[in-house]
Amino acid sequence: MALILTEEQSMLRDSARGLISDKAPVSHLRQLRDSKDETGFSRELWKTFAEMGFSGLLVPEQFGGSGLGAVEAGIVMEEIGRTLMPSPFLATSVLAASALSRGGSEAQKSQHLPGIADGSLLAALAVDEGAKHRPLQTNMQAVRSGNGFRLNGDKALVVDGHTAGLLIVAARTAGSAGEKNGVTLFLVDPKAKGIATERTIMVDAHNAARIVFDNVEVDADSVLGEVDQGYPLLEGVLNVGRGAVASEMVGLSEEVFGRTVAYLKERKQFGKAIGEFQALQHRAAQLYIDIEITRAAVLKALQALDAGAASAGSAVAVAKARAGTTATLAVQEGVQMHGGMGMTDQFDIGFFMKRARVCQELFGDSNFHAEQLARAKGY
Amino acid sequence: MPDLEKADLEKFRTETRAWLEQNCPPEMRKPLTSNDDTFWGGRNAKFSSEPQRVWFERMRDKGWTVPHWPKEYGGGGLDGEEAKILRQEMAAIGARQPLTSFGISMLGPALLQYGTEEQKREHLPKITAGLIRWCQGYSEPNAGSDLASLQTRAESDGDDFIINGQKIWTSYANYADWIFCLVRTDPAAKKHDGISFILFDMTSKGVSTKPILLISGYSPFCETFFDNVRVPKSHVVGTINRGWDVAKYLLQHERAMISGMGERGVGRPLGQIAADSIGADEQGRLEDAVLRSQIATFEVDEAALVAAAERAVDLAKAGQAHPAFSSAMKYYGTELNKRRYEILMSAGGIDALEWESERSHGGARPRAWLRTKANSIEGGTSEVMLGIVAKRILDLPGA
Repeated sequence: MALILTEEQSMLRDSARGLISDKAPVSHLRQLRDSKDETGFSRELWKTFAEMGFSGLLVPEQFGGSGLGAVEAGIVMEEIGRTLMPSPFLATSVLAASALSRGGSEAQKSQHLPGIADGSLLAALAVDEGAKHRPLQTNMQAVRSGNGFRLNGDKALVVDGHTAGLLIVAARTAGSAGEKNGVTLFLVDPKAKGIATERTIMVDAHNAARIVFDNVEVDADSVLGEVDQGYPLLEGVLNVGRGAVASEMVGLSEEVFGRTVAYLKERKQFGKAIGEFQALQHRAAQLYIDIEITRAAVLKALQALDAGAASAGSAVAVAKARAGTTATLAVQEGVQMHGGMGMTDQFDIGFFMKRARVCQELFGDSNFHAEQLARAKGY
Repeated sequence: MPDLEKADLEKFRTETRAWLEQNCPPEMRKPLTSNDDTFWGGRNAKFSSEPQRVWFERMRDKGWTVPHWPKEYGGGGLDGEEAKILRQEMAAIGARQPLTSFGISMLGPALLQYGTEEQKREHLPKITAGLIRWCQGYSEPNAGSDLASLQTRAESDGDDFIINGQKIWTSYANYADWIFCLVRTDPAAKKHDGISFILFDMTSKGVSTKPILLISGYSPFCETFFDNVRVPKSHVVGTINRGWDVAKYLLQHERAMISGMGERGVGRPLGQIAADSIGADEQGRLEDAVLRSQIATFEVDEAALVAAAERAVDLAKAGQAHPAFSSAMKYYGTELNKRRYEILMSAGGIDALEWESERSHGGARPRAWLRTKANSIEGGTSEVMLGIVAKRILDLPGA
């Protein structure tokens, strides 16, 4: 398959870009932040997302979605990255839709997927427990109790956890932290007794929560996939999420870079545009090259995910690791080259820097993914 | 893509795989270990082994020394998709290139674009058949990064030019049969406007070469001298005084070639090569944790570059490529190759310091390490590449 977008995919990109740049430029995020909006995103815009078919992009057609794949999810995420639009798309349309369509029973799919497709159901994936993303270290306990399980433990960085109508929770039904065997995924009602959700205001003004589970009872039907065998399902879902976040970082990097190059052409010092200085030209050129190479790596990973290739895991590790370092460089150069203006809250560049930091941590940073690659290659 | 076409491509893949399986000798599926493993062709070419000869001749007869050139010039006539499949299938079994030459990677594309029909018929089939080995007369002692300031003169004398001057860093000039050369045909014009691109036989009277000993202990480059060399004007490619257009076009291909140097994502992972000399802990992790992380980061970047190279080809095929993008790839590919060899030297430790012993294959690793330092100089330095990206792609002022 050619490593470029097809005509249909280019059309999807254009329509996503048109909508997002029009309805949710960076000022949209700024307004939500400054007004301390309780939802943290625009429900009205989410409705439009649903009408345009974006919310159900990964939902199979029989459940009301478009049945598309990781490449298409990445296309929308990239556009989201350009304007930093806070949106349920990642948590609901990418992670939850993937988890349900890959691991769900027919009953679970019929119950939840149509709601995701029509925009009425928001969902969140609860995985992380410690300071760093370590899914294998999942230690939240799910002990058999009556006909079901009792959940105890804490989850952090649950994207959109404060607004979700459905939680997908990774917990340990057997084995101990560090073992693949014994991880199980559960579908949990966030209103269930024993759940305490704290919305965490994040550096990037996007949405996440810490959730405490205190003797939360769930029935056996709430298991997503197989008891004790949830890890491969979780890993597959996380990989789609990683590819999506990598795409967001490509969009973010390219946007910051575009703004920075424009500034280099316009800002004058010593009687000339600062873009005439070779010290800046070469750094701008290096960053351009970095972004282009990362873009290729990310598209490669998304295509591998859609093809179900054996190499998909490694390709995703490469993509997420590269996207993290590229975005980090892009925002740092962006602030530096904008000089004092880049340090002001009034200027948008800082928003990109903050979001890049969060995207790095989401589902494993560059170090985590380089480590995964090293292990996969046996050294 | 229409299903019929897809089916045809799958058929092509199956047939190609079977043909390679049957025709590529097992010895030609092993990684290169010495310079002799690369066959360059030419009047004085010698095969270093029987399997090398067999493999070259079979591929030549199939037109697959240059699979994507038209059949009438000795190529394989494959379209972009088919050529990609052939590359993939060759990579899958680790098949070596049957023929390597500057005729294939540099002159050929320029001739296909700018040459007359007669020039194409004269030169391209001799390139695909490995009969003539070419060298490149570009750099001069005072025209390096500022290539367009070159001073080698070509003065008109009836139907001929008389060429006088000196080139430097001429790769393998001492083995080459013909040269493609930039000469100044109009000294009065602005520096880019008085240059012509001309071809001549290295056995012409007045041509001499002198190899330059490099830090690697090898002499891949020469000084090349022209003392009243007589060359017919019909050997000019493109228009007289418009040779810079041809030169730039060729440089794009040269840069693409150099960015592809070095073995990428094939063979054993770097970390395992390092583990051979350094050792690993009970969990199989490299003993040197800092080197291990350098290798992992390197491999992330290498895999990304492999994807970018694939994408560059696909973009070009779709007509969406920026013509200066080869400069971007050249910059990144060469810097990455230098990183690779710094890691290999560190991984090899004391063993990688031996220069002559048989055990070290005559110091193969340190010599290769030193050779890579030229990658970011030859074909345009990294700094020149970044300047091109800044000017032509980013459109920065005054660049």
